[in-house]
Amino acid sequence: MNNIIEVKNLTKKFGDFTAVNNISFDVKQGEIFAFLGPNGAGKSTTIKMLTTLLNPTGGHISLNGFNPTSQSAKVRKSFGIVFQDPSLDDELTAWENMEFHGVLYNVEKKLRRQRIEQLMTLVELWDRKDSLVKEFSGGMKRRLEIARGLLHHPKIMFLDEPTLGLDPQTRNHMWTYLQDLNKSEGITVFFSTHYMEEADRVAQRIAIIDHGKIISSGTSQELQAQTQTASLEDAFLKLTGNVIRDEGASSTDKLRTHRQWRGGGRR
Amino acid sequence: MKTIYIMWIRELKRYWRSKSRMVGSLGQPLLFLLALGYGLGATFQKAGEGNYMNFLAPGIIGMSIIFTSIFSGIQVIWDRQFGFLKETMVAPVSRFNIMIGRTLGGATIAAIQGMVVFILALIFTSFRPYNWFLVFPAVLVMLLVGTMFTALGTAIASQLEDMQGFQLIMNFLVMPLFFLSGALFPLDGLPPVLVIITKFDPLSYGIDAFRILLANTGHYPLSLDVSVLAVITFCFLSVGAYLFSKIQI
Repeated sequence: MNNIIEVKNLTKKFGDFTAVNNISFDVKQGEIFAFLGPNGAGKSTTIKMLTTLLNPTGGHISLNGFNPTSQSAKVRKSFGIVFQDPSLDDELTAWENMEFHGVLYNVEKKLRRQRIEQLMTLVELWDRKDSLVKEFSGGMKRRLEIARGLLHHPKIMFLDEPTLGLDPQTRNHMWTYLQDLNKSEGITVFFSTHYMEEADRVAQRIAIIDHGKIISSGTSQELQAQTQTASLEDAFLKLTGNVIRDEGASSTDKLRTHRQWRGGGRR
Repeated sequence: MKTIYIMWIRELKRYWRSKSRMVGSLGQPLLFLLALGYGLGATFQKAGEGNYMNFLAPGIIGMSIIFTSIFSGIQVIWDRQFGFLKETMVAPVSRFNIMIGRTLGGATIAAIQGMVVFILALIFTSFRPYNWFLVFPAVLVMLLVGTMFTALGTAIASQLEDMQGFQLIMNFLVMPLFFLSGALFPLDGLPPVLVIITKFDPLSYGIDAFRILLANTGHYPLSLDVSVLAVITFCFLSVGAYLFSKIQI
């Protein structure tokens, strides 16, 4: 099998701070790959560089054979993504969000309408298609985002902490679906998570990143053998230590606080 | 083309669905029209400048257009905060088209707001356009002014991380642009400093054009107004599109 993602000596600096420090890894086509690490380890930054949202400071990325910096349009066509934070338009309906995505990705109208119905039925949101997204719960938004990410039939699906705040039912449902899709369509799945049992259960290969460096990679068994531990969680803790990490408050958090003070009101 | 269309329709849908925004944004122009229009009307007349309401209404139309359009541009920050910007930024379409679509959407909304103020003025005040046929070209100028300021708002918003800078923009950009544009007073016989400032305020030319078309009084020739607006709009659009395309998240 060939590598659909190749990363060599990738580095990202924000001023003096090195968020991602000279990392290299490969993901094979059709693989389910987990990217683990404590808060602030560089997971999201790496995913942003892979998905053309950030330009690397140094190193080389090849995604589906293309370079995210110089061939961004081709790279963007190759993947679907579910971000860590919601990225839906709250003021549009669920169906409109799907339609919007389909138009942006140039999915032909008839096919688009057909797939929207199919995907929304699958994530059990078809009966809510005309509801505004702002009325949705966190889990429903996630399901809609997954459906949306798949609408243009990407080769790679990126999921940045996709199950954060989801109940076990939804989480299970989501993974069953993604695993089916991985088998039937050969979609490569690249995801990050804090739930070790999730990575243990679904990922074929795992990379652990800490302080911007990949400190270990392999199957869950390999990681456990390497650290002489009995579970992936123990292996993870042994590799990354027990110290609790603080992540700088994102501007979104600051804004939320700010809005609370001012009594909310979006406009 | 499809990208531009879908971005445009999105802006309109969002506008149409937020009734509170629509209603809320009309209170201020109405207040200005009634308080200033009737409050200063007699003095204006005595000074030999004619009907103040007819003079003021185009200015207030300009006010609602600049507020609405800068605000539409600033929406980029909201989209950044609430994540939707990422969805458009990872899509395989040119960011230039995304920016143009958004801007035209903002301009359309601004022109609609301008027309609503026009209608409010007809209902609640003594304002009447001097020639009904010239309302149509006035709408075109509203679109042009709307495009100009939405592009400016987008350019600024592309550089901002969060809404903290919003007050700054309102107080140090939008308010001065409005008050120094001749929206409320005639541009003739001003102190030299103010003459220079109003010459550099792009809104002056927009409001002057509205006034020529709707009230048959103006300071500059219409051709000059429209040329200046077109050139500045082109500049703001270029800068806005460039800065927008360089956004990293």
